[in-house]
Amino acid sequence: MNLGGSRAVNSLTIQSSSTTRRPGDGVVDPFPAGLRVLVVDDDLICLTILERMLQKCLYEVTIHNRAEAALELLRRDKTGFDIVLSDVHMPDMDGFKLLECVGLEMDLPVIMMSADDSKDVVMKGVTHGACDYLIKPIRIEALKNIWQHVVRKKKQDRKEMEFEQSGSVEDGEQQQNPLEDADYLSSPYEENRKNSNKRKDEKDEAEEMDDTSTLKKPRVVWSVELHQQFVTAVNQLGIDKAVPKKILELMNVPGLTRENVASHLQKYRLYLRRVSGVSQHQNGLNNSFMGPPDVTFGSISSLNGLGLQALAASGQIPPQSLSTIQAAALGRVAPLIDQRNIFSYENQKFRFGEGHQQLNDNSNQLKLLHGIPTNMEPKQLGTLHQSAETFGNMQVQSQSSQSGSLMTQLAQPLSRNKILNEIDGSHVSGLPSSFGQPILSQPMPSGILTQSRSEIDNVCGAVFSSVSHPSAAVELSMNPSVQMPGNRFAPISNPRMSALASKGMLQEEVKSGMKGSRAFLANYGVFTDLNQNGSRDWGLHNVGPTFEPTQHSNMSQQLNSSLADNIPRSKAQKLPDMGFQNTPFPEQFGQEDLMSAILEQQEGTGPVGSEFGFDGYHLDNLPV
Amino acid sequence: MEGNHFQRQAAYTRKTLFDQGYLDEQFIQLEDLQDDANPNFVEEVVKLFYTDSARLIRNIDLALADNSSHFDFEKLDDIMHQFKGSSSSIGAKKIKKECTQFQEYCNAGNLEGCTRTFQQVKQEHATLKRKLESYFQLTRQAR
Repeated sequence: MNLGGSRAVNSLTIQSSSTTRRPGDGVVDPFPAGLRVLVVDDDLICLTILERMLQKCLYEVTIHNRAEAALELLRRDKTGFDIVLSDVHMPDMDGFKLLECVGLEMDLPVIMMSADDSKDVVMKGVTHGACDYLIKPIRIEALKNIWQHVVRKKKQDRKEMEFEQSGSVEDGEQQQNPLEDADYLSSPYEENRKNSNKRKDEKDEAEEMDDTSTLKKPRVVWSVELHQQFVTAVNQLGIDKAVPKKILELMNVPGLTRENVASHLQKYRLYLRRVSGVSQHQNGLNNSFMGPPDVTFGSISSLNGLGLQALAASGQIPPQSLSTIQAAALGRVAPLIDQRNIFSYENQKFRFGEGHQQLNDNSNQLKLLHGIPTNMEPKQLGTLHQSAETFGNMQVQSQSSQSGSLMTQLAQPLSRNKILNEIDGSHVSGLPSSFGQPILSQPMPSGILTQSRSEIDNVCGAVFSSVSHPSAAVELSMNPSVQMPGNRFAPISNPRMSALASKGMLQEEVKSGMKGSRAFLANYGVFTDLNQNGSRDWGLHNVGPTFEPTQHSNMSQQLNSSLADNIPRSKAQKLPDMGFQNTPFPEQFGQEDLMSAILEQQEGTGPVGSEFGFDGYHLDNLPV
Repeated sequence: MEGNHFQRQAAYTRKTLFDQGYLDEQFIQLEDLQDDANPNFVEEVVKLFYTDSARLIRNIDLALADNSSHFDFEKLDDIMHQFKGSSSSIGAKKIKKECTQFQEYCNAGNLEGCTRTFQQVKQEHATLKRKLESYFQLTRQAR
């Protein structure tokens, strides 16, 4: 290995293959040799040593000393690696953020490493979903068995899949032959698949999450449009009644198989469940299925807008705004005292369980929503999403482009699109479109809600959706225009931005949101920011008076009080214009600010939203 | 044979480094990674360490010299954390020990203690470099 010359410090990407696979050798299973490992560490020495060690384990190693670059690499090819090893302390991105992103977007097992062996850091790794935590200096023995995490994960995923599709008899191919357990490991090994004998082919396919047909098929790529169609179909059928076969028929996409739809549906359900964070829904769904969150849809165990996070993770949504909104929205719904839960996408059941509990807590609240079709359960996930959308739509009448204003900034990773589309497409019938993020609605007068909602919608689709129900009921003048243009987010146009720009604030907000963010688990980072930096100028002055007229005096007052706390810490960030165009609430409530406020409240007080008189879904408090 | 002589010298030097606590088990891990395909792995890694650590040492020195009213111990700890990580990954036992001491002073907000300890760190750093360089020279000659 040539250490000196062949390295560029800034973004090392070195692939070394030391597998001993022999094409045509139908008998020898090389696993775990050939395991594709991505190592991310800013310490060049550690990186070099780890690379060599992993090579010695016969793994296929790629090293990166910049987390951002590594994430890019992963995004470009989500199936390009089997496992990721990441350092905790890195200058360009927190290792835990990377961990969450990877778990969320790619659903890969991630092992954290650090010289720091203090209990809380290790615990952080656990709560963020790391499948292991290695203390540096790392010995090769510790690396020899990392393949177990890949296997374990595959097993979990498989079980999930089977569970989800338990109703479908035809999924014969899903029946994993226990003897073939090792085979599924070969699925991520692209090369293996190509070279392995026929015996493995079917199993390979069966193992694949996306394509479980017995025939070897190219992996279906769930494009934005495709996903849109999927979501539309699911909504039409009703999330409960949506079965792969019918969805397939509705979608009417040539070349798409029932299996494709089935596995996608499974993921979607997981996503919805995660996003909604509403226990009712949980009950409605396969509760017992608490498998690893669906990465595609953003695996946030708590209510935090999965979509948001994923989006944020993709670097698309200004982390700050996202997190704020998310936090606010989700926080309310699921009083998350433990922020880690909110932000951890982990694939661990216990976390998922926690999410469940939280959801359960909220279910009561949800029921309190009057005017809201309480049969949210079955459709919750879908509706939640939709509600967000519809809500956004409503306001968007005037701001059709809103949908993506913030999104505009985002790149377009598939996952994000998926999530977006989900939100977009998930208008569930029967949902009063006036659902918005309750959180937003809390502090905001209905008029404002409308506006803010659209804004927020744009940013955090998923989040909103989950929250939307409650607020919707109370709302406002939102006309339940359930037309969520499937591609609401698609036209991430600037009209909205300009509209906002006219107010001048949003852009600031967006910019501020954009900067300094790693675009990944915004929540994680944002919370820190929000709580620690207090870098927002809440511009309370704006808020106060404006609220009054809107009959939401409760909220305004409450909001004022909460905002007041933040004023001293302002940092030249005004409340961004939420794009309220017709609202009596001319002041901008920076989404971030709002969220921050809410978050602060949330954190400060046990019951979420109590300050605002908004407890989860207690829309009662909202003066209509 | 000269080779034998150098081999013996190299082996002896190596043993001393371990016995005197300059190196620990991790160094052996590095040695295990050396093979025909990577015959100079250990030396290369050590060279990398010395290049990289020079930068970190410079940064710590700068941080320590910070005269501003509010000393940033966290930043200091951050840099030291990196430095310690690298040192421990090559098995630099004594350096690692001094680094730990440094971090203790850092956590206690004891700037004077940090500065003092850092002199130790730099000393150990230089000593080990010298010793390893002669060791590697011996191993090369021993081949």
